[in-house]
Amino acid sequence: MNEFVMLFRNAPTGDARPSPEVMQEFAKKWDVWLAAITAKGKFISGSRLGFEGRILRPGNVVTDGPYAEVKEILGGFIAVKADSLDDAFEMSYGCPILLLGGYVEVRPVMTNNN
Amino acid sequence: MKEFMLVFRNAPVAQRDALTPEQLKDVSKPWQDWVGSIAAQDKLASIGGRLEFDGATVTNGLVTDGPYAEIKEIILGFIIIKAATKDEAVELAKGCPVLKDGGSVEVRGVVQMG
Amino acid sequence: MAAGNELIPHLFRTEYSKITAVLGRLFGFDHIEIAEDIASDTFLLAAETWGMKGVPDNPVAWLYTVAKNRAKDYLKHDAVFAGKVKLQLQQSATELQPIDIDLSEKNIVDSQLQMMFAICHPAISAEAQIGLSLRILCGFGIEEIADAFLSNRETINKRLFRAKEKLRSEKVKIAFPGKSEIDKRLETVLTTLYLLFNEGYYSISQNTALRKDLCLEAMRLAYLLTENANTNKPPVNALLALMCFHASRFEARIAVNGDLILYDDQDASLWDKELIVQGEYYLNLAAKGNVLSKYHLEAAIALQHTDKNDTPEKWERILQLYNKLLITEYSPIAALNRTYALAKADGKEAAIIEAEKLKLDSSHLYHSLLGYLYTDVDNKKAVAHLQMALKLAKSNTDKETIKKNLDKLLLGINQ
Repeated sequence: MNEFVMLFRNAPTGDARPSPEVMQEFAKKWDVWLAAITAKGKFISGSRLGFEGRILRPGNVVTDGPYAEVKEILGGFIAVKADSLDDAFEMSYGCPILLLGGYVEVRPVMTNNN
Repeated sequence: MKEFMLVFRNAPVAQRDALTPEQLKDVSKPWQDWVGSIAAQDKLASIGGRLEFDGATVTNGLVTDGPYAEIKEIILGFIIIKAATKDEAVELAKGCPVLKDGGSVEVRGVVQMG
Repeated sequence: MAAGNELIPHLFRTEYSKITAVLGRLFGFDHIEIAEDIASDTFLLAAETWGMKGVPDNPVAWLYTVAKNRAKDYLKHDAVFAGKVKLQLQQSATELQPIDIDLSEKNIVDSQLQMMFAICHPAISAEAQIGLSLRILCGFGIEEIADAFLSNRETINKRLFRAKEKLRSEKVKIAFPGKSEIDKRLETVLTTLYLLFNEGYYSISQNTALRKDLCLEAMRLAYLLTENANTNKPPVNALLALMCFHASRFEARIAVNGDLILYDDQDASLWDKELIVQGEYYLNLAAKGNVLSKYHLEAAIALQHTDKNDTPEKWERILQLYNKLLITEYSPIAALNRTYALAKADGKEAAIIEAEKLKLDSSHLYHSLLGYLYTDVDNKKAVAHLQMALKLAKSNTDKETIKKNLDKLLLGINQ
């Protein structure tokens, strides 16, 4: 089994916050989608990221979020177990981020310990 | 203590496979020492993952395969750290070797689940 | 008679735990005390009989026969209890077939392993696990256990009593965990053996013979795990390798007067080469599979220390191993050792920056490290840290070591 990471990206929503009902509905969709992966024993770990953030660039240049200038930000990730990239990729179908116009990037995690 | 994700980004470079073991060691020592230093301060929450160059992206059913020749920067990897404030998290990010290569570190708060 | 007097304590150490394990597994945790009592009685009878009639030709077989008979007698006279035991054996309580008490080599080892899993159970604290292990798996007396923990009989008795109660109330079975569970349960067992070994290796108890016994018992139990196909996993081999490497320095690290000799001052010719070779053997076995446990990393570090030559390459390897160890699991000791390795690999300046970030101010080891790092860089700071270390140190051994370094430093400054 290899390890893969699914990165969830989307356009920054800024202050436009959906209503609690919509949020709840959406959270449920995430739960269902994640449960399918967990049920197969493929889920390793994951985190949802806060909207605020900072970017550090060479020379210790710090830019504060919330990223007015960027087209998309990282909303979170999960790490999964899969035999191949195709296999891992298969799991990303149905991810609720797609409903919001965002996308999922699936990347293999390097295994050597060097 | 709060959790923060440090996301490393840089322009896509040649795969590491092309490096000799000696070169690989030169590349990996600063990373190991930097993460080791954070771990020695008991501020590492999760080692996260170093991502392979290879990958695939799904956008509403549309699949794009890596290796992303068309984009300016890709995510190289991430770790999750523990810090009292965002300032402290940025401070810890300052030793990150990706900065020496012209890349950037994005510091983002992790949303507590449940 | 003299032979019997020396022989019995020796046999007690090796055989008491075997008898207790076999009977204990037969009776279940609910009646573990009966198993312990029968094992104790057996040795009491041996002491009386051998004292009068001389030692039998095969003392171990004699002990097993007596233990077996006592157990059978007990079962005969307590029909209710016998019924319970039969139930445990899944025999019907009315079956006439006598209960077999199997003291064969294989059943002894199996029973000890199963007992190990029952005792090293996450339901009780690590301290209680070690105490019960010493009592039931290693045949240590309450007095010895109290000595090892720098405690007293009463406290230890209470601790063991409560631990047994807890295991009973949790209905812990003396059995191998299921296949799906074994890795997780093995983790707890390994932690206990690791702590048991460390208790002996690093404890502040002045009783050096006892401390060595603790280490040897931890190694014996780890060895038992490697001998069974179900439990012979890479982390077990890695832990045993780690123990072998450390144990190779037993003789070299204790001075004639019982004082601890630090690594740098040890006579490497006193290191036990055979144990080092054994450690390498188990470390090779540990390399099977793709699990990299903290025992693998600690064993790999200990292997580096079996070569006393001080090269930057060696310290770079040690530094990287400590990096990985800390990433796997943080511990203050590993953080301090990493910083020491960093000083040896990349120089004191880099190490000072890192050391200042550790913020382990309440630890004498931390101030000792800073004292070492600032020596010849900023001697005033070095003195201040060593004085702080002296104030915080608890054991006499530590205090003496720090004082020696402090005196050396002060002498150098005054010259």
